[in-house]
Amino acid sequence: MDRDQATRQRARPRQPVAPSAKAKRPSQPAQTAQPVIEFRGVSKHYSAGDVGLDQATFSIGREEFVFLVGATGSGKSTVMRLLIKEIEPSEGSIRVAGHELEQINRKKVPFYRRNIGVVFQDFKLLPNRTVYDNVAYALQVTGGTRREIRAKVPDILRLTGLSTKLHNYPDQLSGGEQQRVSIARAFVNHPPLLLADEPTGNLDPETSIDIMRLLYRINRTGTTVLVATHDQAMVDKMRRRVLELSRGRIVRDEATGLYARDESTREFAQRLRAPTTRPPGI
Amino acid sequence: MRLGFFLRESMRAVRRNAAPSFAALATVLVTMLVLGVFIPIVQATNGAANSVRSRVLVDVYMKTGATSKDATRVRSELLAVPHVRSVEFVSKDQAYAEQSKRDPQAYALLASNPLPDTFHVIPDNPANVLAVHKSLTPPTASGVAGTIDPSIQSVSNKKNDTKKILEVTNLVTITAAVLTVLLILASILLIANTIRLSLYARRREVEVMKLVGATDWFIRWPFVIEGTIVGAVGALWRSGCWE
Repeated sequence: MDRDQATRQRARPRQPVAPSAKAKRPSQPAQTAQPVIEFRGVSKHYSAGDVGLDQATFSIGREEFVFLVGATGSGKSTVMRLLIKEIEPSEGSIRVAGHELEQINRKKVPFYRRNIGVVFQDFKLLPNRTVYDNVAYALQVTGGTRREIRAKVPDILRLTGLSTKLHNYPDQLSGGEQQRVSIARAFVNHPPLLLADEPTGNLDPETSIDIMRLLYRINRTGTTVLVATHDQAMVDKMRRRVLELSRGRIVRDEATGLYARDESTREFAQRLRAPTTRPPGI
Repeated sequence: MRLGFFLRESMRAVRRNAAPSFAALATVLVTMLVLGVFIPIVQATNGAANSVRSRVLVDVYMKTGATSKDATRVRSELLAVPHVRSVEFVSKDQAYAEQSKRDPQAYALLASNPLPDTFHVIPDNPANVLAVHKSLTPPTASGVAGTIDPSIQSVSNKKNDTKKILEVTNLVTITAAVLTVLLILASILLIANTIRLSLYARRREVEVMKLVGATDWFIRWPFVIEGTIVGAVGALWRSGCWE
């Protein structure tokens, strides 16, 4: 894909491929709406001369579900770390929900991060806290009162199917359960943006589908979801917008065929469980 | 609410990290115990050295026939000598009373008082005693040590003793100071490393807290309170050891 085409797509990121599909999704936000994520010519060079990201330009609109794919070292994690302002870009500008990340000073970073849910391959749960306390911590950080915590935490744990594991410690849970705890923690504040860096990297295929289903459900509540993954089969089945990175460059930005189709989570899961249209591993 | 939360958090940390907390506590305890034993020793040594040094002074003996007028004059002359802090006059009668009290039999044999009027010249600093001695005994033309006033009979000459005392006490003081500095440095390093290790063990925890948007102080307060609790327990324990 040439640069021009990419630019056009960026300008209207939610432009569906099939015009008829658009009509089927009335909840689609206005095209003029401010994008949630906007990368403009962003590069990141690491000290050893490695290129993390090379002139990446793309934008992601509200309520989108976007996959970020690419081989290991292609820059997926760099994008994620730039978005949570763990690292700074070498050049270019990043805007999240209209805020220039460069202008958020060090002291304000924690407050910025409260608007972003993050999910990692290695879950990053606090090992000496129960499931309940892990999720509650995200609320305590924002100054949530005890009453608020008592109301919200069981709710979100029910949504993620962890009601029976409230008082277990992370090391007593399976990988899929741990990942659901980390999603619950990421989502308990109802952030407008959820980032997931290889959320299914450590999980078996069936559990991965559960996790993807959970992320899709969260997406349907109006949260923008960006998932970095190298699970090609999963991406093909999901048929959502795909951004592909290779050696730090955006080489593909495509709204897959049935991208804009509005389906329930059950339909969605059924489709994911269906046999792959192409053999996995390609 | 906030304070309660931080207190609960730090109590949880103390409970859940009992072994590292105990290690940190023991380190602080032992270090403080060593410092607590060593510092009084250093102070006692310094005190002893100083009291030895304060006894370093120059005695100026007056001639037998010196009058009180002479004494007044000599006193002001002595005070004018550089590095002299004070001058203490002991009249021959005072000296006799003192000495005869110490050795009544010997003094009973004496018909008259053989002791001269004496000035104890105290230097501003024990290290300057030799300089004071030198300026009290200006060399004469014949090479023999003279005096600064005709009514002065002689000036005590304890040069060698004085020198030795000064050298020994200097050595003791310097050694004690060097040891103290080394010990304090070692204590600081030991305690700092203990703290760093316990933080290092929990760096992942801190990282996760930062990811969910905890401010720096939100993370720090429980650590500070935990440290205070551990430190207080250590101090109580130490004072227990002391008895």
